[in-house]
Amino acid sequence: MQTTSDEALIERIAAGDKLAMQVLFARHQVRVYRFVLRLVRDQSVAEELVGEVFLDVWRQAGRFEARSTASTWLLAIARYKALSALRRRTDQELDDEKAATLEDPGDSPEVSVLKKNKGEVLRQCLTALTPEHREIIDLVYYHEKSVEEVAQIVGIGENTVKTRMFYARKRLSELLKAAGIDRGWP
Amino acid sequence: MTTNDQTPERQDIEALLPWHAAGTLADRDAQRVDAALAQDRELSRRYALVREELAATVRLNDALGAPPAGAMERLMARIEAESPAGRSRQTLGGLADWLAAQIGRLSPRALTFSVGAAAVVILVQAALLATFSVSRYDSSGFQTASMPRSGEIGIGFVPAASAADITKFLDTYHLTIVEGPRPGGLFMTRPETAPVSEKDGLDQLVRRIQQESRIVRFAAVEQ
Repeated sequence: MQTTSDEALIERIAAGDKLAMQVLFARHQVRVYRFVLRLVRDQSVAEELVGEVFLDVWRQAGRFEARSTASTWLLAIARYKALSALRRRTDQELDDEKAATLEDPGDSPEVSVLKKNKGEVLRQCLTALTPEHREIIDLVYYHEKSVEEVAQIVGIGENTVKTRMFYARKRLSELLKAAGIDRGWP
Repeated sequence: MTTNDQTPERQDIEALLPWHAAGTLADRDAQRVDAALAQDRELSRRYALVREELAATVRLNDALGAPPAGAMERLMARIEAESPAGRSRQTLGGLADWLAAQIGRLSPRALTFSVGAAAVVILVQAALLATFSVSRYDSSGFQTASMPRSGEIGIGFVPAASAADITKFLDTYHLTIVEGPRPGGLFMTRPETAPVSEKDGLDQLVRRIQQESRIVRFAAVEQ
């Protein structure tokens, strides 16, 4: 079965085709939602932002020039929306969130490891990364974006993309070490 | 064999490992990485760490779930509201939201002092909304003007035109919306006071309206 390409859908959306809009939404809403949710860490905010992202697509479809893939364009819009939402948050909310991510002082790293398997600890450490590091790790590993595409979405140079990925992974190793898992790198 | 991991070439290859694991490298780079992995045991060990990270990231994201049911319906409802008629209503609704937000930001003490003034503003706004919906935009199809159906002008407004722009435009040309929006966002309007019995007069009016390109994207006499 041949499916309509995202780019063709966007052309139809630019011409006011609401059915094409529904197809594009169904195709990408989950990934956009997860990308935004990892950044803002609030389901209701993420849901609202996904609606905003696709509403922007409806309004701006005529400006899409296909220099990037549709999914890269969507994630770039989503990122902008998520960062704007994060900036609107009050300091108090951020403090509360920080407190919620702190390790329970009752457990030493060794005990933590005993309680959970390595995969669980790894996922927990991925969650504890800064938004900047979470973002790049998600874009590379989950959203399967190339160096060039990440550069387009985040708005940084390709060398900076590689450097930021390196430091995100380095920080992840540090968090794992603190949790009792020494990977011998870096 | 393990190569010196301080060389620029080795560092460059290692930096590409995450993209190699995700399968997003160009063929040429992928071949370089594969060749290095085949020769460098330490690099292979680090590549295994990258693959662990990738698997954990995918699992973490997959566990995040999906937006709740009804998200598409809500989006399409918002898109419907983007039509000229919807946008007019949205702009006035936006005014109400803005007003509510301003009041919400006031401290309790400021609110006490402001409550009288706010009430007056809300009443004025309600009156404006009622005026707009009854005399300018009767979506029920009830004709508020007493003129016959002939002599109507079809008008399409530019997407950026606000409710205030459209209201002012209608006032300027003494037009009443009698139907719409039709497919394509066209509103049928009728002059309230202009002598429209003669077709020439109507054509002249349409030509003037067509000059309002800041608000009007299309205008023509209904045949």
